[in-house]
Amino acid sequence: MLAYILRRVFQSLIVLLAVGLVAFAMFNFVGDPVDNMLGQERTQADIERLRQQLGLDQPFLVQYWKFLEQAAQGNFGLSYRQGRPVADILAERLPATLELALVSGILALIGGVVLGIFTAIRRSGVAANVIMTVSLVGVSLPTFLIGVVLIYVFSVELGWLPSFGRGEVVDLGWWSTGFLTVSGLKALILPAIMLGLYQMTLIMRLVRTEMLEVLRMDYIRFARARGIREKSINFKHALKNTLVPVITITGLQLGSIIAFAIITETVFQWPGVGLLFINAVQFVDIPVMAAYLMMISVMFVAINLIVDMLYFAIDPRLRLDRKGGGH
Amino acid sequence: MTTQKTSQSRLARAWDSDLAYSFRKTPVAVVSAVIVLVLILGAVLAPWIAPLNPFDPASLNLMNGFTPPSTPNAFTGETFVMGTDDQGRDVFSTILFGMRISLFVGFSAVFLAIILGVTLGLLAGYLGGWVETIIMRVADIQLTFPSIMVAMLIFGIAKGVTPPEYRDQMAIWVLILAIGLSDWVQFARVVRGATLVEKNKEYVQAARLIGRSPVAIMLRHILPNVLNPVLVIATISLALAIIAEATLSFLGVGAPPTKPSLGTLIRIGQEYMFSGEWWILLFPAVTLLALALSINLLGDWLRDALNPRLR
Amino acid sequence: METPILSVRNLVVEIPTRHGILRPVDNVSYDIHAGEILGVVGESGAGKSMTGNAVIGLLNRPAHIKSGEILLSGQPIHSLSGDALRRLRGKRMGMIFQDPLTSLNPLLTVGEQLTETIMEHLDVSYAQALDRAVAALDEVGIPAARARINSYPHEFSGGMRQRVVIALALCAEPELVIADEPTTALDVSVQAQIIALLKRLCRERGVAVMLVTHDMGVIAEAADRVAVMYAGRLAELGPVRDVILNADHPYTAGLMASTPLASQGQKRLRQIPGSMPRLGQLPMGCAFSPRCEFAQDKCKQDPGPTRETCNGRAACWFPLSSTAKQEATQ
Repeated sequence: MLAYILRRVFQSLIVLLAVGLVAFAMFNFVGDPVDNMLGQERTQADIERLRQQLGLDQPFLVQYWKFLEQAAQGNFGLSYRQGRPVADILAERLPATLELALVSGILALIGGVVLGIFTAIRRSGVAANVIMTVSLVGVSLPTFLIGVVLIYVFSVELGWLPSFGRGEVVDLGWWSTGFLTVSGLKALILPAIMLGLYQMTLIMRLVRTEMLEVLRMDYIRFARARGIREKSINFKHALKNTLVPVITITGLQLGSIIAFAIITETVFQWPGVGLLFINAVQFVDIPVMAAYLMMISVMFVAINLIVDMLYFAIDPRLRLDRKGGGH
Repeated sequence: MTTQKTSQSRLARAWDSDLAYSFRKTPVAVVSAVIVLVLILGAVLAPWIAPLNPFDPASLNLMNGFTPPSTPNAFTGETFVMGTDDQGRDVFSTILFGMRISLFVGFSAVFLAIILGVTLGLLAGYLGGWVETIIMRVADIQLTFPSIMVAMLIFGIAKGVTPPEYRDQMAIWVLILAIGLSDWVQFARVVRGATLVEKNKEYVQAARLIGRSPVAIMLRHILPNVLNPVLVIATISLALAIIAEATLSFLGVGAPPTKPSLGTLIRIGQEYMFSGEWWILLFPAVTLLALALSINLLGDWLRDALNPRLR
Repeated sequence: METPILSVRNLVVEIPTRHGILRPVDNVSYDIHAGEILGVVGESGAGKSMTGNAVIGLLNRPAHIKSGEILLSGQPIHSLSGDALRRLRGKRMGMIFQDPLTSLNPLLTVGEQLTETIMEHLDVSYAQALDRAVAALDEVGIPAARARINSYPHEFSGGMRQRVVIALALCAEPELVIADEPTTALDVSVQAQIIALLKRLCRERGVAVMLVTHDMGVIAEAADRVAVMYAGRLAELGPVRDVILNADHPYTAGLMASTPLASQGQKRLRQIPGSMPRLGQLPMGCAFSPRCEFAQDKCKQDPGPTRETCNGRAACWFPLSSTAKQEATQ
């Protein structure tokens, strides 16, 4: 088992190195940041000064070495657009994104698993079919439209909830939280629903498909032939087997919540890293884009590792030392 | 095929096939297909059926701005089915032209993804070795990230490479590139899997023995076996590509306001949501929804019909 | 005569499809008594498994029982509600599946699966159920049963897993066991052990066993009587020795001639020309008539009655072994 984990950690490092290469290539070959930072009225002196400041005048190898060194320390230089250290900007934006992702993730996971089981068990029932149809609409709906509809109903028409921002935030020094104020919590509701809903439908459909697949297995038929109650067949025999594949994909889904937060944050002007990223793309702010990419990669890789660990906890076939025969 | 069948009997056979039967028996699929066809026709024929050309400044009258749907304008007395936007552009016409861009980007991106994915999948499966390792490793790494994010990143990079003065012109092509590149992995995986299976079958071995070139074997013998899954993935990818384009444009990193797609139109419409000009937002949004939903439903049906086990 | 444990009367199973209604089981009747093994034999698609599934109430929709009766110790069970039937499954009738690798839940220990079944049907505490589970494993010949009760299925070999499956089918002490191809997925050396185990349990406990298989060797080895099925219909039914050595139905005769076991002494194995028709394309008369060397016009028009013969019963106008004892009785 330890060997397996070590191998996975090694693979994760390779992924990070590959992403790092992309990030470095972005720094070196994409656009001329000086063009982007200075307006139309620029002098040659301005350009030279800025190039020096950003380290763009140095030879390729020096830049490459510097990049690796700095990236390992979480230092991605100055934002072309804001002129401040990227790491600082990310650090002050991160809590907003993580709080949003956490709430939506919990919403998506609980709702998705419960509804998925329900629609699989009551496959031909009216309620299950309604849920499936609605979920298909949900998957087809561009997420930003869900956000727009939410804002229209709850902010414009009803006026219950704010349509943008994070509300009042309590600063805990290294973390700013919206969980502790009423306006913070109210501001969280709509973005969390928008971000969670889409993931919830995906998880639900996945759980349903897997569960239906499992319910067709021989051991389910055999359990039926032994007179085991449907309740036990569904929740003991089938659910456990469903969870094994569901965990992998659900884990990845939760990772993508952080990415989809880009859209949510833009719609609700939520001051997180996603909004930062989209602004960076608009203005070709390469350091911010690269740093965001690296940060997201680390998160994804970490999530993947955790998912692998969970596998061992659930499937006894993996827990065992492999004594021949394979699995 | 031993005998040459006439096209009529082929049509008759197609009508009688299980796929056609399942299609006729699935009202959802029929309705979706009709909606998709109508929308595609509307987009293709936009220059001829749109009341006004929204990109022709001469046809615009600022006095017509913010005319509600099907109500005569207070100053000019002109009437527009779906109203007009701030600049007096007919919303119905902008939707037709916007759909053109959305569909063009969607189809082109999926086409790019298929070409790229099928080629790389065939190569990886057939050649094996380090070619396979590299292709599938890259695929794995890319798959770690959601494709919309990959598309944004590629868009950002491509935008950085393009000189600023060409950016608006190039935006559509950059979009196609970004979405197409973000979506090839699924095709590559499916095609590689099928190639690995087919490669070792006797008829492929035989073709190899009689000296057929690898390219001919891949195209003649292996490719036909992967058409079904590729078709299913392509349909669903098309819906995803259209949504991805709309999302990027909505976020302001896609089609520029000078060449608005449905996503751009929704972005513009959203600004007027609070001030009560609901039609500028509603109609493009409903069109996008109908388009994406119908294609998705078609893809869903196709997947079930070609793979009944999943039902 | 005592009431048979299982009595199937004129059972018809139908599957409605796009191309019309199929009858995978068509007017099948037979009895199984306590302590008796009835072999049900036939080619794949002959309807033998479908009969077993109909008895235990596990037909996959849209297949359903169209008509006929199924009596368990005299009690009609074909019309029972889903939950009433569930209570009978495991408790009064058990089923053994073909593939031991897939019939056990991989994520539950053998003990969990056994105790769950026992506690579902018998009014016992967990400790008692555990003791019974160990006893059940012991009875089917699993060494060190107490120690292995917490093992997962993948920790057993194929033959041992099939023993676990048998223990599971028998742990609530049913009167009837339906064994659907119980040896097909096993190695030949293990097959004999499993058959011997089934025979022993049948004798010791007086269980009625319906042994579904396509393997004549298994039938010859284990069954007391044999029912031969062809295209959903019962071709012939009789004591295993008589059917093997002295078949009445031409199909059975052909089947025997093509089996190494029953045709010792013959120089080469015979074949039956053609193949079993698909259910949607059955001929009007006897389903076997297109392949039958003795078929006459009458056979092609009318499937003919099932008659008592000196062996038992045969559904044929012209039984081979002898003239029919009497005219059709049913």
